[in-house]
Amino acid sequence: MAKSIDYDVLSSAKNKELETNEKWGLAEESEYFANKVKLYRQDKLNADEFRRFRLQNGAYGSRLNSEFSMIRIKVPGGDITPTQLEKIASLSESFSIGSAHVSTRQNIQLHWVQLEDVSEVFRGLAEVGLTSREACGNTIRNVMCSHFAGVCPNEPFDTTPYAKAIARFFLRNPICQNLPRKFKFNFSCCPEHGYVRIADVGLVPTVRDGVRGFRVYLGGGLGAASFIGHLLEEFTPESRLLSTSIATIRLYDRLGNRENLARNRMRYLVSEIGWEKFQGLLLKERILVEATISIPTKKSYDGFLNTGDLNNTSISSSSTKSKIKLPVINSNSADTPYTRWLNTNVVAQKQSGYYSVYITLGAGDITSSQLRILAECIREFSLEKKARNTPQQNFLVRYVKADQLPKVFQKLSGNGLGNPGANTIVSTVGCVGTTSCNLAITNSHRLAKEIQSKFLELNIDLDKDFVDSTIKISGCPNSCGQHEVATIGFYGGATRIGTSMVPIYTMLFAGSTGENGELGKAIMRIPAKKVLDVVLKIFEHFKKERTGNEKLNEWIYKISNGNGAGEIKNVDDMKKLLLPIIELPAFSAAPDFYKDYGTDTNFVAKTARGECAA
Amino acid sequence: MCCLSKPIKRKKNDVKVKVKVVNKRVKTKPPSTPSLNLVCDIDTLRTLIKKNKVRVVDVRKRDEYLKGHIKTAVSLPLAELLSNDDPESIINILNNLGISNDTLVVIYDDTFGALASRVAWSFKFVGHRNVALLEVTYDNWKKLGLEIERKSNKYSKVSHSIDIDYSIFADAEYIENAQNDKNKIIIDSRERLNFLTEHIPNSKNIPYTMLRSENSILRNPSELKRFMENRGIDLNNEIITYCGSVGTLSGLAFFALKTAGISNVKLYPKSFKEWKSLGKLKTEFKDANYWDLSAE
Repeated sequence: MAKSIDYDVLSSAKNKELETNEKWGLAEESEYFANKVKLYRQDKLNADEFRRFRLQNGAYGSRLNSEFSMIRIKVPGGDITPTQLEKIASLSESFSIGSAHVSTRQNIQLHWVQLEDVSEVFRGLAEVGLTSREACGNTIRNVMCSHFAGVCPNEPFDTTPYAKAIARFFLRNPICQNLPRKFKFNFSCCPEHGYVRIADVGLVPTVRDGVRGFRVYLGGGLGAASFIGHLLEEFTPESRLLSTSIATIRLYDRLGNRENLARNRMRYLVSEIGWEKFQGLLLKERILVEATISIPTKKSYDGFLNTGDLNNTSISSSSTKSKIKLPVINSNSADTPYTRWLNTNVVAQKQSGYYSVYITLGAGDITSSQLRILAECIREFSLEKKARNTPQQNFLVRYVKADQLPKVFQKLSGNGLGNPGANTIVSTVGCVGTTSCNLAITNSHRLAKEIQSKFLELNIDLDKDFVDSTIKISGCPNSCGQHEVATIGFYGGATRIGTSMVPIYTMLFAGSTGENGELGKAIMRIPAKKVLDVVLKIFEHFKKERTGNEKLNEWIYKISNGNGAGEIKNVDDMKKLLLPIIELPAFSAAPDFYKDYGTDTNFVAKTARGECAA
Repeated sequence: MCCLSKPIKRKKNDVKVKVKVVNKRVKTKPPSTPSLNLVCDIDTLRTLIKKNKVRVVDVRKRDEYLKGHIKTAVSLPLAELLSNDDPESIINILNNLGISNDTLVVIYDDTFGALASRVAWSFKFVGHRNVALLEVTYDNWKKLGLEIERKSNKYSKVSHSIDIDYSIFADAEYIENAQNDKNKIIIDSRERLNFLTEHIPNSKNIPYTMLRSENSILRNPSELKRFMENRGIDLNNEIITYCGSVGTLSGLAFFALKTAGISNVKLYPKSFKEWKSLGKLKTEFKDANYWDLSAE
């Protein structure tokens, strides 16, 4: 064929930051994967062995169709560059469905990729430094870090370099290639922002006597049975972060349950042997680790940490000492789409004069062309030339100057990326559900999108009472949608009414994130097609009965603890109120209620073996 | 648009007689011009235009052609070809565009090469050998600041012989017979979500979006070859491509597979639209709500 053209004018991607992309991916792993697929197709590799290998490399089988894979691209700390976004855009166009999906753990997923093409996606990812290695399987999953880390007014220091050093230290590390089950690290920036109580290891930064360190929470996690993490000790200095992490992994590797798939996360180990015992074992293990850790091991970690620090010193920060709430630019009128967006999608950073801008997605989905617009936006308007993705399935573009905000909005809104509501209940979270996952019972993904568009239609983003409240939806009890830490959470299930199956959701109240995060309490079961009505009914009563300027999340918290001041005092009152709404007419009278969202056939609960455990 | 397969069958015998005559004539005559690769690069085309040794064919809509086109290009909107695409009509088109047996032809569009591919395939089908796709779209040609003009070009009528190449053609019946033949691979060129929804049983999906690179309508041959190797497709396999309705996306796949080095590639120009209208079996996948993952 023709020789390739290298006229710059045709290249939308300016490859300037190619060299600065951090290198997580390895090109040779792509070739290795391609060969394994061939062996598997030639029956020279048995299905279970191949499956384990595939998962370790971040390719998850698709719902009831093993021909296709979901590729979970790890984004350590959620930190991503424009060239990476552009590469994901073109990989999605070529090999996936032309859209990418932001997960609740800061991964970016490409769905419905032909198994034989997965290696090509890996190859492309490695070109921009990305990897999906160990994004699935029994190993250390993507290391999360608060998207505000580095810009949060309440943070004692930027935790991003620590999150990345931990991610780098454990990636491909022999000590965690075959754990009893997956293992998750979550870093926060301050006590408020972060999912630290629902991870195997959750870390809140703190400074004591001038020494940086963390409050380390262990054994938390969401799932069919969820637990809140326990505080290991009052203060863990940064010098002990590595040994504490290694000790935890070693202990879990040794004592964790390898028999019962349903009980092999570390939280079950902690719960079975009891926290005090686990804590004691861990502190002893740490002494052992510290006494035996080799100098090269220690040095390689320190090297990772320093590289990370260097990457982040380019922008000077003037940290504010006192605890302040992230201020939102308040514009008096919310008449124009711009001011509406400004109120809910723009937050001030600790660096004066700089703002962080949310890009609200629908349940984390973004098209390839939108990814390219986002990349342009970052190059044009962000001083750090990077963005973060968030556990709320949105993006955050940081270091934008105030006078640039109208231009940012113009660019985003012209391309379907200017929806308001990011820091309100409008920004509904939904896992992929039956759009792609074997375990899903319901189409949680579509429900989340339906709720979001209804809320936008009702201008709910304009109402300050709904700021800081969340709706999070999972398609099954396994909590990828993190329903247990939502103001109002839902997880999917199925029930039988008469002779017909109905998709239903169990509703939970008053979950929350942050260092004081609590798990939501199950309230009642609701048919899928009644969820919106129920939520709107709750809003209606909240407006009538709340006291003072109480916000929705505060009111829900009171109700769930039996402290309501109005007609609805507790959960039982709430149930009574909602019962008439959730009653279903007979199948023959209203067949639509017996179908899930996104389908015109009657509901059947179909699931297959989960891909989560290798 | 809907008369390709039937007339061919009806005229098969007549044509074959003609073919013999034509072949004799061609063989006795040494080629007067060099042959083109399947994809023509920009520099080669510019040189050919300067030397006046190429017929450039613009397959965009007529009004777009009138707003500007590559220098010396003639206009042949795809719709015009599809409205009557039996072999005789295509030969008539060639004659009217001044394309004789030895004329080098380079075709372009503004639809990532898919429309150009369908026209190029038709020319090949009726026996025109020297036809290539331009490696870029018109939009990119213009962005590069290369030679364009507005005047309508017309060339004197010629007489092209007819030599139908059935080796690159498939119809529904052919597909049905190929379905259970493991040496024949049926490729669906539509996008993934359309494929998942419904497709010809036993077909494999290679979306047209897989075939292009950022700057060219097709990736380079080594890359395309690697893709096929990944898929377990052997260069000796016979491949039949189809898409949604008129064979444009699958036309592009036809040229991509040829570029990858696969010699035996066929196009089912009536594609899935005809397949469905004939009430043939199709595979549907209803166990997942994959459409809801799209942010479109």
